[in-house]
Amino acid sequence: MGMIFYVIAGLTLAGGLAAVLLKNTVHCALALTVAFAGLALQFLELDAQFAGFAQILVYIGAVAILVVFAILLTRGSETPKDGVFSRTWLAGMAIAAAVFAVLGWAVLGSTQALPVPGGAPTAAPTATVMQIGNALMGRYVLPLEIVALLLTAALIGAVIVAMHEKAGTE
Amino acid sequence: MTPLAGYLLVAALLFAIGLAGALTRRNAILVLISIELMLNAANLNLIAFWRYGPHPEALTGMMFAIFSIAVAAAEAAVGLGLVISIYRHAHTTDIDLMNRMKG
Repeated sequence: MGMIFYVIAGLTLAGGLAAVLLKNTVHCALALTVAFAGLALQFLELDAQFAGFAQILVYIGAVAILVVFAILLTRGSETPKDGVFSRTWLAGMAIAAAVFAVLGWAVLGSTQALPVPGGAPTAAPTATVMQIGNALMGRYVLPLEIVALLLTAALIGAVIVAMHEKAGTE
Repeated sequence: MTPLAGYLLVAALLFAIGLAGALTRRNAILVLISIELMLNAANLNLIAFWRYGPHPEALTGMMFAIFSIAVAAAEAAVGLGLVISIYRHAHTTDIDLMNRMKG
C-alpha cells in the first residue's frame, strides 16, 4: 500500500465523481476518460498488463469516443432548465450510500476470510501475453467464440437501432 | 489494511459513485456512463482477487475481466444506439420525460 496506490486511487475516484456530478455532459465524458485511465493504471499496478492495455484500448479508445459522439448527436451538452439531477435524487443518493456502507462493512469485516490471510503473496504472478493467448485458445475457447458472436450481434444491432428510418416507412 | 482490502474499498466506492449517478442523473447518456463505471469497479475487483488470490497462475480472474471488458463494449454500443434512436423519436434524452412505452 504505497504512495502510488493512493495517488492512482484518488485520481480514479476524482474522475468518477466528476463524471457523475459535473453539469456539462461533455465535461462528464472527459472526466470519465480520466477515471478509465486511473483504472488502467490500477490494473498495471496489479501486474495485469494485458488487462490494463485492453482497458486503455477499449474504454479510452472506443467507449469514450462513442459517448462523445452520442452526446454530440443528441445535443446533450445543453444544460436542461430544471437541473441535471432527477426529482428523486435524494432517494438515489441514500441507496448508493447504503450500498457503499454494506460493501465497505463486508470488506473491512472479513479480512480473515480473504484468500491469502497475511496480505500479498511476495512474488508477483506472471501473466504473459503468450500464456493468455494459450488460455484463450485452449480452456476458454468456447467463451471466446460466444463473445465473438455477441460482438457481431451487438455491432449489427447497434447499426440497425440507430439507423435513419426511411421516409416511406412511417 | 491489506492491499486487497484497499483495492476492494476503492472498487466499492467507485461502484457506489456509479450507482448514485445511474439513479440521480436525468440524461440517458450520463446513466449509461454511470453503468460503465459500475462495470469497471467490478473488473477492478476481479483483477484484485486474481492478483492476491491463492492461484494466480490459473488466470481465471484475468480472463473474466477480459471477457467482461468485451461484453461492456458491446453493451455501450447498443445502449448508445438506443439513446440516439430515442432522441430521434422523442427529441429529448431526459429519462424523467420518457414515461410512455407506446410510441
